[in-house]
Amino acid sequence: MSLLYTEEQKALIALVKDMAENEIKPYVQELDEKGECPGELFKWAFDMGLHMLEIPEEFGGTGLSYETTAMIFEELAKVDAGYAITFVTTFVALRNVILSGTPEQGKYFADIIGKGNFAAFALTEPNAGSDPAALRGTAVKDGDDYILNATKTFITNGEIAALFVGFFKTDVKAGHKGISAFIIDADAPGITIGQHENKMGLRLSNTTDVTFENVRVPASSMVGAEGSGFKLALNALNLSRAFVATLAVGIMQRALDESVKYAKERKQFGKPIIKFQMVQQMLADMAIKTEASRVLVNNTMRMMDNGSLVRKEGSITKTFVSDCAQEVTSNAVQIFGGYGYSKEYPVEKLMRDCKVFQIFEGANQIQRMTIANELDREYK
Amino acid sequence: MNIVVCVKQVPDTTEIKIDPIKKTLIRQGVPSIMNPFDKNALEEAIQLKEQYSGSVTVISMGPEQAKATLREALSMGADKAYLVTDRAFGGSDTYATSYILSKVIEKLGPFDVILGGKQAIDGDTGQTAPSIAEHLGIARLTHIRSMKIDGNKCVVEREIEEGIEIVEAKLPILCTATKETNKPRYATIKGKIDSLKADIENITLADLPNMDITKIGLKGSPTRVKSTFIPERKSSCEMLEIVNPRETAKVLFGKLAEAKIL
Ligand SMILES: Cc1cc2nc3c(=O)[nH]c(=O)nc-3n(C[C@H](O)[C@H](O)[C@H](O)COP(=O)(O)OP(=O)(O)OC[C@H]3O[C@@H](n4cnc5c(N)ncnc54)[C@H](O)[C@@H]3O)c2cc1C
Ligand SMILES: Cc1cc2nc3c(=O)[nH]c(=O)nc-3n(C[C@H](O)[C@H](O)[C@H](O)COP(=O)(O)OP(=O)(O)OC[C@H]3O[C@@H](n4cnc5c(N)ncnc54)[C@H](O)[C@@H]3O)c2cc1C
Repeated sequence: MSLLYTEEQKALIALVKDMAENEIKPYVQELDEKGECPGELFKWAFDMGLHMLEIPEEFGGTGLSYETTAMIFEELAKVDAGYAITFVTTFVALRNVILSGTPEQGKYFADIIGKGNFAAFALTEPNAGSDPAALRGTAVKDGDDYILNATKTFITNGEIAALFVGFFKTDVKAGHKGISAFIIDADAPGITIGQHENKMGLRLSNTTDVTFENVRVPASSMVGAEGSGFKLALNALNLSRAFVATLAVGIMQRALDESVKYAKERKQFGKPIIKFQMVQQMLADMAIKTEASRVLVNNTMRMMDNGSLVRKEGSITKTFVSDCAQEVTSNAVQIFGGYGYSKEYPVEKLMRDCKVFQIFEGANQIQRMTIANELDREYK
Repeated sequence: MNIVVCVKQVPDTTEIKIDPIKKTLIRQGVPSIMNPFDKNALEEAIQLKEQYSGSVTVISMGPEQAKATLREALSMGADKAYLVTDRAFGGSDTYATSYILSKVIEKLGPFDVILGGKQAIDGDTGQTAPSIAEHLGIARLTHIRSMKIDGNKCVVEREIEEGIEIVEAKLPILCTATKETNKPRYATIKGKIDSLKADIENITLADLPNMDITKIGLKGSPTRVKSTFIPERKSSCEMLEIVNPRETAKVLFGKLAEAKIL
């Protein structure tokens, strides 16, 4: 652990660690095989109030800083990043409403989450991934309502969310300026949840298609102004990138912890493999990348706490950390040798879990484009 | 319903070191935790409060750092916490400790239910909580599995060697909890944050005017520790070769009978 933690942060980290290690960890291997996470396991986190961390105090939440929230999620991700992202994604959806919605919308959203519910963020469509401006879903005004139609894909929490923040075109001709955001109750008639995605990793996290077929929502459920949805989504995603990065830090730390322990125990050529320089180099590089990633995440979180929009820093953080995580987890498997490749040992899962961090919340290629665009703008 | 829980801060280790001269526990350098059974007692108290409403007070006698344990109790859901601390209390044995705690309970009370752990994992005597009941002149039920309140009575299931005993008793009552009583909850994030900021009042000798000071501290403690030692672990193992399972079983039976295990 590399940061200067406050007493409060230390106490919260210890609390979450205690819960996650005792109540979640024993089931992770089996649930990873099955590709699911039962509600009873989420109950531990709800009881602790992990769904309230980022909800502002005026809406009954804990109103914790981004910095401390990230530390808590890193701890959870050490045990399972898929479990953690279920809560992180709820906040991705929430952030849109808190940052751009009315106080009434904020309260409505916070009240439903506060009862012990998840939310989902529905932007991606089959033909609109890296290029969300190309989305085809529509919202058509009908009296005081809008009628929503869309097929959304890869929606984290699709099946378990009580609320969606969804993105639809209110003006199909206006490109990204024609996109508007809506809060949608998951039980609204016309919503169909698709099959749970059979994923490579993050298998405790629920991912589904969500189809909206003539779903009627009141005009008051529009978040922000008509046509502001794209900007609003990007603003919220900028703040969310360092949060997925914090999960990748958790995965890396776990990989490092497991690897050092194993390297001290495993003997070849008459000595523990940690005594071999090439193993030492791998371990040292893993530690370097993990520490640097954590510090980067922490700095970005603190910028966010100070009101920065972290347009460039969010992308830098997510890209650097998720790229580091590939090497760190791959080397963990290397240090475990053949055992690392076996599902009997915990490290192959870490390698599977961390791949998606280079893909979602904007693929790393797209992040690099964003960083370069920001640089271009800065140096004008 | 008013409930008080006695919690003790203990070193987080089963490998306790003993001061060779003072014959007391060396607490320095060992991380401290809430005595695990006291967590069960606190959980029971919070459940009673949730079921019958009321409030939960926690008290601990010990040095200033025992406040960490009281904060933990607050983070789990206790309403109020007091540290019982005074130089005059130092060196108290179980008799003196329980006497002091009984005076604190009288001062803070009246309480309907007093809860404690079945024993502390360091001192391990299991005497303090029952002795508190003696000092207060109330009934006590140790090793409870469950507890229900019915007006001014309670019905308690107790673990005993032969099975489970169901006992009814009048309130106020003192009960001690074990691992089997319940599964203690985790603190909430909000509870944890609030507990770190909470004010914890100290209760000192000056706050307990009707205390008989000949019964407290080292001087008031009838117990003298003559010597403390870690017993040597002796175990021997005898392997029986199985030629005929039936015959070997008979030999094994004979050996166990000889060792008075059967
Ligand atoms: C587990 C998981 C959970 C997800 N959760 C959500 C969610 O909750 N909500 C949501 O809305 N979405 C979610 N997504 C979708 C995710 O955001 C998209 O997968 C991601 O944006 C990439 O889109 P795509 O899959 O369509 O890939 P594509 O856009 O088809 O990209 C394919 C490849 O081409 C590259 N590429 C594309 N365009 C360019 C370019 N201009 N220059 C260079 N390279 C380019 C990409 O970097 C990528 O490597 C999730 C995805 C996964 C896998
Ligand atoms: C600062 C300090 C100095 C001490 N100095 C001496 C000494 O010099 N000589 C000596 O013989 N012993 C000394 N003791 C030990 C003391 O006598 C015992 O710790 C105490 O009587 C409890 O006995 P036990 O540990 O066997 O607990 P048990 O009787 O096994 O505990 C049963 C239950 O009683 C309650 N309880 C016990 N102790 C406390 C407490 N302090 N506060 C609140 N609830 C409690 C808890 O609910 C606990 O689960 C000292 C203890 C402390 C904390």
